[in-house]
Amino acid sequence: MPAEVVRVIPQKTRSTVLMVPALAWLTALMVVPCGLILALAFFRRGIYGGIEYTFTLENFALLLDPLYAGIFLTSARIAGLATLIAVVVGYAAAYAIAAAPRNRQPILLFFAILPFWSNYLIRTYAWIVLLNREGLITQGLRLLGYEGEPPSMLYTEGAVIVGLVYNYLPFVILACYAPLSRLNPELAEASSDLGASAFTTFRRVILPMTIPGIAAGAVFVFVLSIGNFITPALLGGGRFQMIGNLVYAQFLTANDWPFGAALSMALIAIMLGLLTLQAMVAEKTAGETREQSDG
Amino acid sequence: MAERSAASRRSLTAVLVLVLSFLYIPIAVLVALSFNEGGLPTVWTGISVKWYGALFSNRDILSAAFNTLIVALISTTIATVLGTLLALGIETRRRKGRALEALVFAPMIIPDIVLAIALLSFFSLLKFPMGLHTIILSHVVFNLAFVSAVVRAKLKSFDWSVTEASADLGASAVTTFRRVTLPLIAPAVIAGALLAFTLSVDEFIIAFFTSGAGRSSTTLPMQIFAMIRFGVTPEINALATLVMVVSVTALALSQRINKGIVAP
Amino acid sequence: MSTLLSVDHVTKRFGAVTAVDAVSLDVKENEFFALLGPSGSGKTTVLRMLAGFEIPEEGRILLDGKDISRVPPNRRPVNLMFQSYALFPHMTVAGNIAYGLEVEGLPRPEITSRVGEIMEITELAPFARRKPDQLSGGQRQRVALARALVKRPRLLLLDEPLGALDKKLRAAMQLELKRLQHDVGITFVIVTHDQEEALVMADRVAILQDGRLVQCGTPHEVYEHPANRFTANFIGVMNFFDENGRTVAIRPERLRVFAEGTERRIEGTVIATAYHGLDLQLHVRTDLSSEPFVVRLTAEAADRRPVAEGDTIPIGWNTSDTRIFTD
Ligand SMILES: Nc1ncnc2c1ncn2[C@@H]1O[C@H](COP(=O)(O)OP(=O)(O)O)[C@@H](O)[C@H]1O
Ligand SMILES: [Mg+2]
Repeated sequence: MPAEVVRVIPQKTRSTVLMVPALAWLTALMVVPCGLILALAFFRRGIYGGIEYTFTLENFALLLDPLYAGIFLTSARIAGLATLIAVVVGYAAAYAIAAAPRNRQPILLFFAILPFWSNYLIRTYAWIVLLNREGLITQGLRLLGYEGEPPSMLYTEGAVIVGLVYNYLPFVILACYAPLSRLNPELAEASSDLGASAFTTFRRVILPMTIPGIAAGAVFVFVLSIGNFITPALLGGGRFQMIGNLVYAQFLTANDWPFGAALSMALIAIMLGLLTLQAMVAEKTAGETREQSDG
Repeated sequence: MAERSAASRRSLTAVLVLVLSFLYIPIAVLVALSFNEGGLPTVWTGISVKWYGALFSNRDILSAAFNTLIVALISTTIATVLGTLLALGIETRRRKGRALEALVFAPMIIPDIVLAIALLSFFSLLKFPMGLHTIILSHVVFNLAFVSAVVRAKLKSFDWSVTEASADLGASAVTTFRRVTLPLIAPAVIAGALLAFTLSVDEFIIAFFTSGAGRSSTTLPMQIFAMIRFGVTPEINALATLVMVVSVTALALSQRINKGIVAP
Repeated sequence: MSTLLSVDHVTKRFGAVTAVDAVSLDVKENEFFALLGPSGSGKTTVLRMLAGFEIPEEGRILLDGKDISRVPPNRRPVNLMFQSYALFPHMTVAGNIAYGLEVEGLPRPEITSRVGEIMEITELAPFARRKPDQLSGGQRQRVALARALVKRPRLLLLDEPLGALDKKLRAAMQLELKRLQHDVGITFVIVTHDQEEALVMADRVAILQDGRLVQCGTPHEVYEHPANRFTANFIGVMNFFDENGRTVAIRPERLRVFAEGTERRIEGTVIATAYHGLDLQLHVRTDLSSEPFVVRLTAEAADRRPVAEGDTIPIGWNTSDTRIFTD
């Protein structure tokens, strides 16, 4: 074989070449469009619904208008309640799964998460079937002898919250299960060996170590709930405007794109803020856990 | 976990039963009603598949299903190729930048509504005609992120020395990829593709905003959304059941494959 | 014997770490050559440069007189047996072995016959259809070896080939490898951190320390004439003491208990005794050094004049058996 000097392509160049098509795609169809709406948020709405290219901060000022600030508060309340319920129920379920015999845990987890992979619209629709005036719950009540007017359950704030919890619960279970399943059982044993009651052990040992999972689940539910538009539209019957619906309206009915863009930016800001918070919580817990195992 | 008292075991079981009932009863009711002969949620008149039959004579639904299939197949194919290459590129780099991580993570967490209106603004400002093709372009964005996440998870435990062994034995980079790397990561690539397919079939908001005005580019979720607004009908129940069966089958398959017949 | 491989002032850095520092050595045709050094001394890096996975920053690597330092791994007539074996988990034993011939584009009948032949030699024929995860450690090691050997390389590189095996199997495989190398007539460069292994197997040994070549020679040369204190200490057991500002070293087997007819003689206290099968090792505390002397006594000698812990005994040596180090 002739000894030949071949130009060796450095590994770094090769790695970069592999990434180029995907990164180009993401840049063209995510980074640029998102940059575009960031820019749009600083323009004025044209008289006939177009865009007037003069710089303004009006759209952000409008976010503070009592009408819109009110919608923000309603959204935050609904999303907050949904998050609280989902986290409490999800944590309990994750805890129960982690406490099951090891060989049964994967299958339980699989069934807890499976609904998450079916269509979001359909999962929401399922609650219309249950909650509407002639729905199953009303019928159940009739069977029990209830005679009066069917209770109005659909198109209430409660319905929206139930819908959100229902849709995002599997994710919370998954997020909380991960740290719970990694917990060293000896920690809990050591704690009770030291005389702690079951509740103290939970509060002082298990809960602090699983905070990152809770934080991840909570941020996910809150962010997706506050920006949601399907659930309020279908289960709230349009009576409960949330930020998602407001964005939708600016683009498809009110035709005020710059304000819609400003609303989206507010959503992104909330999301980034919460993600940062979550990362801090995760880092802090990781640091403490490391100290514990060092010490 | 440690041994626990019978009482606490019972309460943990109760929690599981309650949560799983909460998760499955709504779906079970929906599925049951789709087989109700009479079609009314109030009276059970016997088992029938006639509502499924009705679906197959509804031209709107058939054309929406066809559109969804086109979108899902094409966007999944593109995303699988791009996402796999991306994963290989990232995992073979010696150092990983935070900006890069954020960029490939973003499509998975950015609220759908934001990406949807961003793409709508983008296409309309460019005066880019919208239709199925713009839905496909848009779906690739999040699909490729999910494919690359699944493949990267696999590559984290990948023993790269086998690719060096292949080069050492005389194989070119392309041969090494075809005969060693690809067969070894294939389960993850297929799982990623199935996941992307499921996500694309189910995706509503982005499709809704980037489909343009014509009815000809209506996808199945858009059709379902329109039908739901009219209320509960036995046809939707049947359609919903079918769509769930497809998603859940694809997902279960993906889980099974990625557990790895080949993987250690 | 002619020179097959020349490593000429080769240097390789990883960031601030100089993994290999101006190393030069020659390997002759058909030689069994060992690279020996403690962990982190740069052995694997040298081997990876020979295989083509790392490119030297300075210096040249000549194979048959031609510079191959920038030829990619798949174009070198050199094969590497990986420390982790790096077997293809999705291929059978036969598939693993045939792979290198297939990518070379050899005709199927030739591949079949060469694979069959090497599986006979390495006693792998019964396992031809198994996957790597159905093999024992020793069998996997043989597959890795067969996969490289079947290519009939000019040079076979082995990175800690016996490292993953248990002690007994290791000893058997050391002799087995040496026999195999002789039979196939291929030049071997083997990396090990086990000095005993290197001395048993190799025709010549190169000793690396912190990326630098310290000494290169036959096992006898490096054992009897270590180039510096590091080598003396790394290979075999050595006693050191300071005298007139110099470090004097002597091997345990050169010390004589009871100092009969030796030029030097000192008194010491036996603080420990240990049986090593054929011989007895004594640890003797003396005034010459803070570390006790290690002294070897043959079983026969021990039987003649028994020595027990706590005894004070004379030990002696001849100056021609000592080595002097100034570093
Ligand atoms: N790819 C690499 N990147 C950075 N440092 C490396 C790399 N490979 C080896 N080194 C460093 O080079 C030195 C020599 O390593 P190596 O050749 O593996 O030694 P040995 O095989 O003798 O144990 C070590 O300090 C090691 O940390
Ligand atoms: Mg090494």
